Amino acid sequence: MCRLCALTSSEPLSPMKAIEALDVMREGHDGSGVGLFLSDLGGPWEELEGAPILSGIFTNDGLKRLDRFMMEIGFMTKYKLSIKTPKRTPPGVPKRDVYLIRAYELPEEWDQLPPQEIRNRLLGVRLQLREMGQEKQDMIVFSFWPDCIMIKEIGDPMTVAEYLGLDRKELRARIILAQGRQNTNYAINLYACHPFFIQGMATMTNGENTAFVPIREFLSSRGFPGYVGYQSDSEVFTHILHYTQHFLGLGLEHYKHVITPLQDEVLETHPNGPFLKHIKRSCRRLIIDGPNCVIGCLPDKRLFMVQDRKKLRPGVVGGRPGLYAFSSEMCGLDAMIPDRDKSKDIQPMHLDTVIVGANRQEVRLCSQMDTLPPVL
Amino acid sequence: MLSDGHIAPSSLSLRDLPWQVHWSLEKCTLCGRCTTVCPVHAIELGVFRKRILETALGITQAPSNVFKVFYGIRQKTDPAYACIGCGMCSLVCPNDAIMPYRSEEADKLRFHINRGGQPRRRGGRRNVPGGILDRIKFIRISMLTDPALDAGRHEFELRSLLGRVLPPEENLRRLKEDGWIPPVREIYPLIIGGMSFGALSPTMWEGLQMGVAYLNEELGIPVRMCTGEGGCPPRLLRSRFLKYVILQIASGYFGWDEIIHAIPEMKEDPCAIEIKYGQGAKPGDGGLLMWYKVNKLIAAIRGVPPGVSLPSPPTHQTKYSIEEAVAKMIQSMSMAWGFRVPVYPKISGTSTALAVLNNLTRNPYAAGLAIDGEDGGTGAAYNVSMDHMGHPIASNIRDSYLTLVRLGKQNEIPLFAGGGIGKNANLAANAAALIMLGASAVQCGKYIMQATAGCLGSESDRCNVCNIGVCPKGITSQDPRLYRRLDPEKVAERLVDVFLAFDTELKKIVAPLGRSTSLPIGMSDALGIDDPAAAQRLQIAYVV
Repeated sequence: MCRLCALTSSEPLSPMKAIEALDVMREGHDGSGVGLFLSDLGGPWEELEGAPILSGIFTNDGLKRLDRFMMEIGFMTKYKLSIKTPKRTPPGVPKRDVYLIRAYELPEEWDQLPPQEIRNRLLGVRLQLREMGQEKQDMIVFSFWPDCIMIKEIGDPMTVAEYLGLDRKELRARIILAQGRQNTNYAINLYACHPFFIQGMATMTNGENTAFVPIREFLSSRGFPGYVGYQSDSEVFTHILHYTQHFLGLGLEHYKHVITPLQDEVLETHPNGPFLKHIKRSCRRLIIDGPNCVIGCLPDKRLFMVQDRKKLRPGVVGGRPGLYAFSSEMCGLDAMIPDRDKSKDIQPMHLDTVIVGANRQEVRLCSQMDTLPPVL
Repeated sequence: MLSDGHIAPSSLSLRDLPWQVHWSLEKCTLCGRCTTVCPVHAIELGVFRKRILETALGITQAPSNVFKVFYGIRQKTDPAYACIGCGMCSLVCPNDAIMPYRSEEADKLRFHINRGGQPRRRGGRRNVPGGILDRIKFIRISMLTDPALDAGRHEFELRSLLGRVLPPEENLRRLKEDGWIPPVREIYPLIIGGMSFGALSPTMWEGLQMGVAYLNEELGIPVRMCTGEGGCPPRLLRSRFLKYVILQIASGYFGWDEIIHAIPEMKEDPCAIEIKYGQGAKPGDGGLLMWYKVNKLIAAIRGVPPGVSLPSPPTHQTKYSIEEAVAKMIQSMSMAWGFRVPVYPKISGTSTALAVLNNLTRNPYAAGLAIDGEDGGTGAAYNVSMDHMGHPIASNIRDSYLTLVRLGKQNEIPLFAGGGIGKNANLAANAAALIMLGASAVQCGKYIMQATAGCLGSESDRCNVCNIGVCPKGITSQDPRLYRRLDPEKVAERLVDVFLAFDTELKKIVAPLGRSTSLPIGMSDALGIDDPAAAQRLQIAYVV
């Protein structure tokens, strides 16, 4: 099992908040890796609206290749954060040349492009870099998107955070997703490390997806270039979310109906029964099975948590207006927001999706039994 | 015969027959039940003459002998009357005095069952024990990180979809625009395969239908049964139970006059229409109901004169080409029921299955594809077709599924696998293996006959007289003296037993794999086999 925590706050916070929460939940992860997703960024990034930020790990050669490549396609560096690491790496953490977080100016000729085209091109650049990196083992690229930073590394979360000096002003963000990894099925590969990212959406999962192979086959055969990777069975959760929103035009409230549909006899009496039956049938290949707690963030800065059909994984949500946190365990929540009204904590159950909006004023609990908002 | 007597080429001794009937003089009461019940008249009353020497101890009395007569059972050696090993003699014997035993040596009879130049025809199956399905193991057991589910307590929804499932985008678009959405049935993934009214006796058919109705209406398990090519009794066509029935149309069109005329009076739509193009047991050969079984009732339902053999042509003769046949038949059948009923073809396992499948992917009305592998059973076929023709189901289904994956249409056209599922009684394991290889559901006939009615067929050529209407259990006979042996109520009870037990076993397989809320179609990472070549061919793990 992995451990997850997420924060959404009106004021930018240090990612160390989340790392500390992972640290108190260390019984639940084996220190084999940590992944961070930061959005609604504070500090210098706030003024870079629309500038895609590239996050990744590079060798010195890789960095040169990156620069040449980006220059060729017309991207200019707008701002960069250099993470200088101590000479000696702590035990369990590999030696890297460069942890890169760099914002780019979009090429001039992109100015006239429709937003959808820009989104797809940004995805294309990330995939191209990823491919180049895999070819020569000199680049690992996590995200390339405005207002999103991702950091992933092998090792104990606290050790890695201290080593990389994550407690710095420039990394403060209003939304933080963090995962402490328990290495399970697949070899340690940073591309298998949560959170997973596609076009501004990120999700991370505590659990295992036993329906992984058929779901991967479905997504891979959609003909969408972004549905690749799958070094981890949890990556499909991010892509299913993307698919339901981008291709089916469904809302976040529908996500759980796609991955864990209600049983037929319940649908008979559900207010949206006939519609949901169509969703269940045509999206049957996206039904997940097995224990999963999914925490994710949408481009509109909503944070959510979805539970599996049998509630086999822990998850708790709590906080106060202006600051809410999601965590695998209560102790993680306590570490992030000790001074909250604990009686208002929510442990979403097998039918529930929890959503905290961008205004961070309340926690919305959606049950699958509720009437759904209309689909546009 | 006498030692200096005449030997004909087909003169066989008991030793040359596949089955020898052992009989005990000591236990036999001469009641005659065995000779009466024997479906092939392999045994008859024997009058045996026996000489007994009487030699006194002394020398005063001369030795003498007595000739005595005793009565018992004599087994015929004429190839036409060779014992089929059904064991009915033993079943009816009050004293357990008689029993057929299989010869340990290959029989000589096989060289002589072609009298009059007529090759052997029989019912049954391929008679090859074993098979790849039994060797597939489920290796991905959830441990530690993902707890296995509880087959007894967790909720399960092991249902499959029969019908063309639209891609999600297209489905939502048509929903919004009120367009035609192909009919889709939610069914149980074990379908009772096409066994016709005619191939099966009325009592067997009635029993199965009653069992299916009970499973649906009392237990909520949506089991479906295919009629096979033989039409459907008129009352069933006009009853609400028709919705549990898949009507089959095949190249002989038997019974379809009755069906078409009943359409205006139907209270319910049938579950689906299966267009049979081929059958796994006898690929490339049409259906066959031999004259023995075409009595008045069967003749009436099929719309033919009684007492004639009914061989269906190997292909649908009314159409010019197979592509045309598939497209036109699917469309006209869909139209007959106002596009409310899924229509799909059934073909025999073949190396050309992918061509058929590719064709169907481009046909918006095709609701699925059933593929019947070489291990399928039949009520009547030429021995050579059964033994040597056909394609194993596992690789056929796997190739088809992977082709659909490449096209992004997996599960949009559901694949139904048949042929040899449960042939060694491992029904749930075989079904689960095929589902994980890519089948949406499986079709099964032989196991159902064996488990619900005590069919005696085995993988070693036992009984196999389904074709001539002498089924000793009354399963495939049209002779009232025989089929009255079978109580339809009991058949129905056994069918319910079979499905409940299958359901538990299927849960016991999928729960440890961490699956419960959807059928694990194509979950090939769960499969392993101890044969590297098979593993490579099926693209599953090789485990030793």
